[in-house]
Parts: sequence; C-alpha cells; structure tokens
Amino acid sequence: MADAAAPRPTMSLSARMLVGLGGLLAIGGVLLALAAYGYGRAAARDAFDRLLVGAASSIATSVSVVDGAPVVDIPVSAFDLLALAPEDRVGYLVTGPGGMVLTGYPELAEAITRPGPEPALFDGRFTGEPARIIRYTRRFAERSFSGQVDVVIAQTMRARDQLAWNITRNALMVLAIAGVAVLVLSVLVIRSALGPLDRIAARLEARDPQDLTPIDMALPREIGVMVGALNGFMGRLDRQLGTMQRLISDTAHQLRTPVAALRAQADLAGGEDDPDRLRQIVGRIHRRSVSLGRLLDQMLSRAMVIHRIDAARREVVDLRDIALELVESADHKLVAPDAVVRLEIGDAPVLARADALSLGEAAKNLMFNALTHGEAPITVGASARDDAVTLWVEDAGAGPSEAVRDQLGDRFLRNAVSRGTSAGLGLSIAKSVAEAFGGSLEMTPRPDGFRIAMVFPAEPPQ
Amino acid sequence: MIRPLILAALCLAQPAMAQEATRSFGPEAATARLVLRTTTDIAILAPTVEAFVAAHPGQAVDFEQWGSNDLYDLTRRDCLAGRRGADIVISSGVHQMVKLVNDGCATAWRSAATLALPPELRWRDEIWGVTREPAVMVYNRDLVPPGEVPLSRFDLLDLLRPADTPYAGKVATYDIEASGLGYLFAFMDSQEATTFGALMEAFARTGAVATCCSAEIIAGVASGDYLIAYNVLGSYAATAAAANPALGVVIANDYALILSRAAILPPGAAVDSAGAFLEFLLSDPGRRTLERTNLISTAASPDAEDDVASGGRRVLIGLGLPLLIALDQAKTRQFIARWREAFEN
Repeated sequence: MADAAAPRPTMSLSARMLVGLGGLLAIGGVLLALAAYGYGRAAARDAFDRLLVGAASSIATSVSVVDGAPVVDIPVSAFDLLALAPEDRVGYLVTGPGGMVLTGYPELAEAITRPGPEPALFDGRFTGEPARIIRYTRRFAERSFSGQVDVVIAQTMRARDQLAWNITRNALMVLAIAGVAVLVLSVLVIRSALGPLDRIAARLEARDPQDLTPIDMALPREIGVMVGALNGFMGRLDRQLGTMQRLISDTAHQLRTPVAALRAQADLAGGEDDPDRLRQIVGRIHRRSVSLGRLLDQMLSRAMVIHRIDAARREVVDLRDIALELVESADHKLVAPDAVVRLEIGDAPVLARADALSLGEAAKNLMFNALTHGEAPITVGASARDDAVTLWVEDAGAGPSEAVRDQLGDRFLRNAVSRGTSAGLGLSIAKSVAEAFGGSLEMTPRPDGFRIAMVFPAEPPQ
Repeated sequence: MIRPLILAALCLAQPAMAQEATRSFGPEAATARLVLRTTTDIAILAPTVEAFVAAHPGQAVDFEQWGSNDLYDLTRRDCLAGRRGADIVISSGVHQMVKLVNDGCATAWRSAATLALPPELRWRDEIWGVTREPAVMVYNRDLVPPGEVPLSRFDLLDLLRPADTPYAGKVATYDIEASGLGYLFAFMDSQEATTFGALMEAFARTGAVATCCSAEIIAGVASGDYLIAYNVLGSYAATAAAANPALGVVIANDYALILSRAAILPPGAAVDSAGAFLEFLLSDPGRRTLERTNLISTAASPDAEDDVASGGRRVLIGLGLPLLIALDQAKTRQFIARWREAFEN
C-alpha cells in the first residue's frame, strides 16, 4: 500500500510574515528615511539660519553714522558666531544707500536687490559652492544721514549638510533597530501562536489507532475551529466504524440460525429416499432460502440507509414520488406475486427535506412487512397534515403485536429473525430513517386496518 | 653671499611685484619640480628644503621669496585668473592665507599628519599652521640697563611714561602698512587687550619709529639706533641674537602672540609634490630642521617651562574665519587711520 500522501508544503507562515513585514518595513523605511532627511535638512537650515541672522544683525548693529556717512566696524563676535559652522566659508557685504559698497565682497551685490521679506534668507552660490544667503537691512533716520544699510552674508553649506546627514543617520539607526526588533518579535509570536499545532500533532501521533474520541485541549479560538472540524470528522468516522462493526456482528448472528436450519434440511434431504418427502424438504429449503435472501436484503438496506443518513446530502423530496416509485417498481411481486398494492396520493406536492433513496428503502421495508405480515388490501400513500408530511403504508390487518412495537428500534430482533422473518428489522430501518431526517415513526390502528407512517416536518414549497 | 642681497631687497619699497630672491634646490634634471612661494627668508628655510630634496630624490624645489602683501596679491590674481602659479604657498601673513582659503583659492589635502594638528592650526583641510614663532621684544643689552629691560607691555609703558624718557624716538616696530605681518600683530594686539590703546598713545607721544622689515629693525637695535623693538618675529630675533650677544630677546609675560606660518596649496598645484612637502614639514625630521632654524620655538609651545625670559599666556593666532576681519576693507581703513594718527606727528 502506498504511503499516505504527504501534505504539499507551501511557503511557511513565518516566511510569509517575514516577507510581508520585511516589505512593509522596507517601504516604510524608505519613506521614513526621506522624511528624516527632509526633517534633518529643515532642522539644519533653521539652526544655521539663526546663526546667519545673529551675525547679520550684529554687523548691522555695528554700523554707526560718522560725519554724515555710515561707517561699519565689523565685530569679531559676528565671525565667531559664523565660525560655529567650522568648515564653512563665508562671504559678506555691507552696502550703504544706492548699493554703495562699504566693505566686503562686491560679487554679493546681486543679493541686495533680491525681493523678499526682511530678513531675506535664500539659497545661492558663493565662489562656486552652494551657499545660504541672508540679506539684513537696517534703516537710519538721523539728522545727518537717512537711508538704509544692507548686510549680506553668504555661508557655504558643509555644516548644514553634515547636520542633516547626522539627523538622518540617527533616525535610520533607530529605525533599523526597531525594524529588526519587530521582525524578531514577529517570528517569536508566530512560533508561540503555532505552538498548539505541534501539541495537537504530538497528541494525535501518540494516540491509539482505535481512539476516535474528540481531542480535548485548551486551545486558542482560531485553532479551536480547526480542531472542532477534526473532532466532527472523527465522530463521523467513529459512527461509521460502529455501524460497520454492528452490521458485521448482526449479520453473523442473524445468518447463523437460518444457515444452520438450511444445513439441517439439506442433511435430511440427503438421507431421504421417498420422492414425496424429498419434494417437501426441497420446498422447505426453498422457502428458507427466499426468507434468507430477504433478510440479507434488509440487512444490506439497513447498512446502506445508516451510511447514507450520515453521508448523503439532504434535499427537498416529494413524498408522492417515493410512494409512486415504490408501487410502480412492483418489487412486491417478488414477495407476494398475487398481492395488489394500491397507491393513494393527492394533487398537491408533499415536500420533506430528506434523502430519496433512504426514504425509498424505508418505505419498501414497511411495504414488505405489510405484505408479509399484514392482510390485503395494501395501500401506499403520501399526504400532508398541518405542518407535517407523512409517507405511509396501510393494510387491513391488526398490525404488529404489542411486543414487537415495544421492541421497536432495537436492532436485535431475535424472535423475528429466528422465525426466519424480519418484520422488526424493517421497522427498525424505517424508524432510523424517520428520526435521521427530523421525523418519527407513527403506528396508528384504524377502524379498517393498521397504518404505519413516517412523519416529517413539512418543507415549504419553493 | 645671498644675505646682503636679501637685506637690501627686504628694505626696498617695491612698486612693481617681484620676488625678493629665488633659488633652486635639488637636481637640475629633476622629474618633478615644486614651486614654493614663501615670505620666509631663503637662508632660514634652506636647511628644511635641503632635507626635503635629500629625502625625495628626483624632486626639485624652486624657492621664491616674496613680501607678504605681494605674495597675497600674486596668489590671489593667479587664482582668479585660473592660472597655475605656486604649488605651495607659505606665508607669515596668515590672515591673507585665510582669506585665500575663504575665497576658494586653496586645494584640500588630508592626512594623518594634518589631522594631528591642533584644530586652531587647520581649517577645512585647506590651510595648515607649520611653524610656531612668538612675537618678541628685542633690546640692546649694552644700552638698556638690566633693571629696565621690559618683561611685559606694562613695563614698556612704564619706560615710556616719564616726560624725559631716554626711550623717546628709540622704540621701533613694524610699519603696518608695509608689512602684512606687522599689521597682523598689531591687529591681534588690538583684539587681545586694552594695553594696545595705551601703547599706541605712548608710541605717538614719544615719537616711536614704524619701519619696515624684521632685518632692518633688528639691525637698528644692534647698531643702537633703536633701544627696543616691539613685536618682532621671534625666529629672526633668536637667530640674530645667537650671532650678536648685544641683542636681548624678551617674550612678554603678560601675553605672547604665537604666529604659525600658514601653508596652502593653491588651485592647480602639483598636489602630490606639494602634499609631500607639507607632510615633510609636519613630520618629525621636518620639525627638527624647523626647530634648528628657530621657526618652531620651544618657548612658543603652550606648555613651555617659564623662565626669566619667558612666561605668561600664549595666544596662538588661530587659522579660521575670525581672521577675515583683519582684512576687512573698512576695518583696515579705520585701523590704519588710527595707526597713522599715532605715528605721523
């Protein structure tokens, strides 16, 4: 026998989680890095812009009016301030009214005319390098001098770039640590979440092969669903296994007596010389064989019905069809060639939710019982009453004895079997079928006979 | 042989730009030639350059000696014109070198040796301080009584204070209009302490002499024309004092300015050769030759042991942005106007 097919492995959950999280972190990381770089640049710009404003204002403050002309005396502190960006070059220009250069780099004069709020800060260039430029204006309204003095300072961007990069790098480092922590944590969480599966697998491996009892463990809800399904599956397996075992033991038990009787008759026939008696014995053997065949039919029918009760899909069945088929198949001719079976159905559908085959088997057994044990005429019918529907068989006799009725449902009807008949088994099948589809088996003595009916809840017409 | 030439050149006013002296070191047919322009006298830097070419066979050095203002103008003009001039420039006008760096007229060089310099002596990896020379006072031992030797600026002020002081007209210092270095020392003095204002006032009152050039000033002290010279570059003073016992040297003990000549590699320089020379200047053998010629003064080191002639605070002239102010046109105008006021009456 081939090994059980190994489950096809797909990507492991941990790998899926890692790939998903890794992708998320990578995309988030890129976005955050861009954001951090943007933030770093803005922060560096703000910080060093303040230095520029401070230096420009300090230079502007040093301007004084001497003999009617502005005179600038640049304080060292202004350059000490600018030197806080230690690697950056600085250009500066101080102009009086009309752009007259008081001191500094004349090439920065362009910045004087540039429109903008006060103080104006903008990006530009200083001797071939990108630079941040400030224009700071001071207005004089003295008796001897009225007009404005502009201070322009250009500073290269090394310190700004350095600070922006430092901020970005620090942010990225924190991000990388957090990312690794998230990944590690997620792997741990997956491991712990999938732990119960390993425990279930171990429990199942350790089980006795015959043990089909439900798995009883404390489990997380998500996994409980799967284990519930597994338990349901094992329950069905257990019932089917039980059915099979009962079938085998019943069959063995029930066949022993009739087979022994057949053998006894055959033995008898072997030692008999008288042709009349021999014919008589052969007749008995025939009757016994027919009865045995019937018994086998019923037992198989019962096994099938019980199997289908678990396995077959429920569908809406018109009970009139079942009754019609039963009468038309004329199976009863096999048991009682002379008997007449009547059909009694109406025009309206009689609907129940059940399995047609099981219903057919059950009805057939009831009909055979009536043919075998009841009195003609036999009637098969389907009818509706209130909120229930019935599939019934009626005969003119008095019905089964009290004892048989009491034993109804016992699968083991020694009396019937030992007599070579099988009324009890047929009733038992009908009862099982009725109950499996939410109904019951009703036996009703009537003025002109006895009716036995499977009663089901009515199915509303579609 | 060269010295008289240099002395003559040093003291001449130079309307046209020309180097004061030149000399080539190393093999004539050298594969690599390095143009070194410096304010340092050839005679003083020669041992260092000779040691360099000895350590680098196939390397020749064309040594050009310039005045500091001319050297600044020339280097600046070469830079603006995009013309290749010197491969390495070493000047005592460190404020001028700082300005060249600030104006983008320098090439970066980075090595373990440059990074080992104190942060004040390097900027942007484009300028490096290669020497340590204190600004000193030189006096004539024969004419200044030992009790009157000024140990600080306060002592000098005290000497000049009496109305009939014998030092009237006998104190000399650099003419800051002619000497970039003189201007720098005066400017740093003005930043450092209020003593400078008092000194200017005293110089003006006693008719102190502002004149050009270290050599002339020192010669004047030796000959007795001047009794005391203020703010003379220590390397020249020490060299002269070693040759002439009549000269005394004092490092002021209130504070002492320490100059570190600045080296830059102009754009277009032969960076490998120039870098090798810079590395040599900063290396131990290079520093030893500089020490022997007093370009690196042991007394100038901040942790030098105090003795009679030295003491007090060392103020290193740092190479960085604040030196730009020394070259600011408005500042220069005002400073020189103040100076003239003191010396031109």
